[in-house]
Amino acid sequence: MSNTSPDGRSGAAAGTPAVEMEGVEKYYGTFHALKHIDLTVARGEKIVVCGPSGSGKSTLIRCVNQLEAVQKGRIVVDGIELTAGPKNVEQVRRDVGMVFQQFNLFPHMTVLQNCTLAPMKVRGVDRSEAEKTARKFLERVRIPEQAEKYPAQLSGGQQQRVAIARALCMNPKIMLFDEPTSALDPEMVSEVLDTMIDLAREGMTMMVVTHEMGFARQVADRVIFMDRGEIVEIAEPNAFFSNPQHERTRTFLGQITGH
Amino acid sequence: MIRPFGLDEALFIVFAIQWTLALSAIAFAGGAVGGLIIALLRVSQARLPRYLALGYVRLFQGTPLLMQLFLVYFGLNIFGAGINPWLAASLALTLHASAFLGEIWRGCIQAVPSGQSEASWALGLGYVDRMKSVVLPQAAKIAVAPTVGFLVQLIKGTSLASIIGFVELTRAGQIINNATFVPFKVFGLVAILYFVICWPLSLLARWMERRFAVATQR
Repeated sequence: MSNTSPDGRSGAAAGTPAVEMEGVEKYYGTFHALKHIDLTVARGEKIVVCGPSGSGKSTLIRCVNQLEAVQKGRIVVDGIELTAGPKNVEQVRRDVGMVFQQFNLFPHMTVLQNCTLAPMKVRGVDRSEAEKTARKFLERVRIPEQAEKYPAQLSGGQQQRVAIARALCMNPKIMLFDEPTSALDPEMVSEVLDTMIDLAREGMTMMVVTHEMGFARQVADRVIFMDRGEIVEIAEPNAFFSNPQHERTRTFLGQITGH
Repeated sequence: MIRPFGLDEALFIVFAIQWTLALSAIAFAGGAVGGLIIALLRVSQARLPRYLALGYVRLFQGTPLLMQLFLVYFGLNIFGAGINPWLAASLALTLHASAFLGEIWRGCIQAVPSGQSEASWALGLGYVDRMKSVVLPQAAKIAVAPTVGFLVQLIKGTSLASIIGFVELTRAGQIINNATFVPFKVFGLVAILYFVICWPLSLLARWMERRFAVATQR
């Protein structure tokens, strides 16, 4: 089925970058959402994407698993060219996990069923094996006792950790996070961020859209600042926060930290 | 020679309920299959199937059920299937129910938040698994009340099959009336029998709707 070994890290294309974007252009009707994006993400790298709302940061990471189609340019994920056809899209989606702002758990299934559905249907894993894996990851996100509950019975923070576990059950090579803490009550933000920090320590390749600058400082290898569909600035967190090069970046950082 | 309207006559009408129910059941079962296909075509990503299904729905929503019955009844004859009220009534009502259920269920599918499909895509689920395991089970919950509501319409709609000679409740009433000439009594009884079938279903639909409203309040 897939050419991945059990640890999911070896792929056919070891040595190639995790994600390559070249000259990517994206329009919604006449609105130019992404303007000539060039970006390479190395394996194991943690990228934090920030910027004002409407800047295209969510659109950028949603292109990596083709939740958004692009009009121009090339996107290669783990050596597979996404923009070359629907078969490739399917294959990339199997190996790229995603966590959404609104969790998007399946409300009619228990936590355990949420975690076992895709491994069973997509990878063809049998139920007992899938449940074992699911319980392992629920343990890792520290909610093994919630396995038999339905999403509506959990707090927001717990739901988001289930969403992370659900994505991990597919043994992804890359994890995308689209504002994972923005819909959470303040007291639940840290439990989700802690889970993400654990994941980063284990060497996962991560692209994270977030306004949590503390997380960016602590975890990111590079921070990307986007505005009006463009990548304005890419820098290591220290340089990014202490010495931003662009006026727009300075204005943005002033706005989110300045009061 | 006018017959009196007695117990035998009344029982003749009461027993005709079975044919009304049988025709309703066939049309509903056929309409469920056809409706699911129409609904899935209506939410398809591809344009052609979407427009074909839309055209079908518009055609059946924009013409009277009686015309649909006539066209199928006489159409079958032209195509050599002969004069067959059973076949014609079943087929016409099935086509009719497919269009209406298809449109009801399309709305229910689209009422499932788009994040559910996005999560399915992101997990690599294919079309069949996404529909079968994620979207349709959630749409079904929303669909129960309006579907029961349409079933009531469909049961009443089967009365039109009397015009092409299908002996169900209404046709049984006409036959008895032609012999007894007490139309108010006869059709009063027919109406009461429809009411006895349909009213509980309407109550059921209302109850389900309320229960759904409560379930989605949080």
